[in-house]
Amino acid sequence: MIHDRCLNNLENEDLEIRFLLEAIFLKYGYDFRDYSKAHMKRRIMHRLSLSELNSISQMQHQVLYDRVFLETLLNDFSINVTEMFRDPPFYKTFRQEVVPVLKTYPFIKVWHAGCSSGEEVYSMAILLKEEGLYERTQIYATDFNVEVLEKAQQAIYPIDDIKDYTYNYQKSGGLTSFADYYIARYDSVILDHTLKKKIIFADHNLVTDGVFGEMHVIICRNVLIYFNKELQNKVFKLFYESLRNGGFLGVGTKESLRFSDYMEKFDTISENLKIYQKKFEA
Amino acid sequence: MGYRAIVIGSSTGGMEALRIILEVLPKDFPVPILVAQHISSHSDNYLAKFLDNVCKVSVKEAEEKEKASPGQVYLAPPNYHLLVEQDGLISLSVEARVSYARPSIDVLFESAAEAYNRDLIGIVLTGANSDGSRGLKKIKECHGLTIVQDPNTALAEAMPRAAIGATKVDYITPLTEIGQLLNKIIKGKSGDKSGYE
Ligand SMILES: C[S@@+](CC[C@H](N)C(=O)[O-])C[C@H]1O[C@@H](n2cnc3c(N)ncnc32)[C@H](O)[C@@H]1O
Repeated sequence: MIHDRCLNNLENEDLEIRFLLEAIFLKYGYDFRDYSKAHMKRRIMHRLSLSELNSISQMQHQVLYDRVFLETLLNDFSINVTEMFRDPPFYKTFRQEVVPVLKTYPFIKVWHAGCSSGEEVYSMAILLKEEGLYERTQIYATDFNVEVLEKAQQAIYPIDDIKDYTYNYQKSGGLTSFADYYIARYDSVILDHTLKKKIIFADHNLVTDGVFGEMHVIICRNVLIYFNKELQNKVFKLFYESLRNGGFLGVGTKESLRFSDYMEKFDTISENLKIYQKKFEA
Repeated sequence: MGYRAIVIGSSTGGMEALRIILEVLPKDFPVPILVAQHISSHSDNYLAKFLDNVCKVSVKEAEEKEKASPGQVYLAPPNYHLLVEQDGLISLSVEARVSYARPSIDVLFESAAEAYNRDLIGIVLTGANSDGSRGLKKIKECHGLTIVQDPNTALAEAMPRAAIGATKVDYITPLTEIGQLLNKIIKGKSGDKSGYE
């Protein structure tokens, strides 16, 4: 009966997915073994349905022998959906609660982890510029997907998105007109190149790479939702160790330190908007 | 073994339909209910607040990596897909819209079918598109129970019709009777699911 196949297959598919992720890790060093299972399964089945492959086991064979196919899978697994000034209240609260503290520092280091194609980083650059902090800031923008990092460096975005971004910018407490920050060309816009001056884009994998030291601010939004709880904890440890005393951590609106082992090591600046501050260590 | 979860998908007219169904469930309803209602990506959590106010079961927006527990209704947050993991934890995703929707009903239903297999009830309600039919088909294939709102009682009938077209559904039920049907099924079946094996 076709119907019973479904249940048997589920068990086998779960095993095949484990083998596939193990193979990718052993061969290439990319570690997806502690990503959310439901998420990985969706992405893998999606790729399977688009490909000529008949099973996940065949996919495993393919990825071992074909580096280009690995790149395809990496793109499938790293959901790159992003926006400028996503969740405007986050930026508004950042302006109100975090900026006044940053103003007391002579030099500021900011790390955007999982920055995707850069929209979030440039949003922060605009905010810091408007607050008069940009010139004394160094922003590190990292992702493990080098293709999106290249896009981020170009800072060219579809013009169709500008309406939404303008709306977001206004809601986020922007001080001037959003149109000041881009030039329109055909169906794209290119962002003001001076926004790039203090940004360094770099390849960094949150699962396998190490600490990025002495940050005043770490922003990592909508990345942790793709990890299981253990991996989330591991990454919170990485952030904790990369922050200075009194440094700020901002995560996605639906992500939280609350269920992690690191909750007591931070003060909550805004539980709604998920902005936390590392406590001072003795 | 009995049913371990219920998933509901709704779109146009869903707010009212959800109220009518959830209102009749008792406070200690013994399984978790997960809902994907199409909603503007800019809305706040008023839907959860509204339903929580008028229902005996508790209604909230789903939180990342929380355990889906009995007596609780979880709504997909605006602009996020809602998925269930095999261990019953909730995951959210911002991945691309699926048939123009985020949250997508198919995404919720497919992940729930994987997590709960035959111990799942899937319900497709009013809506003006065809989201949910793929997911309902998957639930059926995994031996879960499928219910569709009788299109004649739906504000928008396209979605229930598409679901009925996609798979052989177990119940086609008028809106006002779905809540009681759930009470009956859950009382009869949870803790004892004879008829299987
Ligand atoms: C949904 S995007 C979030 C982009 C942006 N932070 C935002 O909130 O709009 C998730 C990003 O995380 C990146 N990512 C996923 N796993 C990663 C890892 N292990 N290390 C670094 N980046 C990762 C993906 O490549 C993707 O660009």
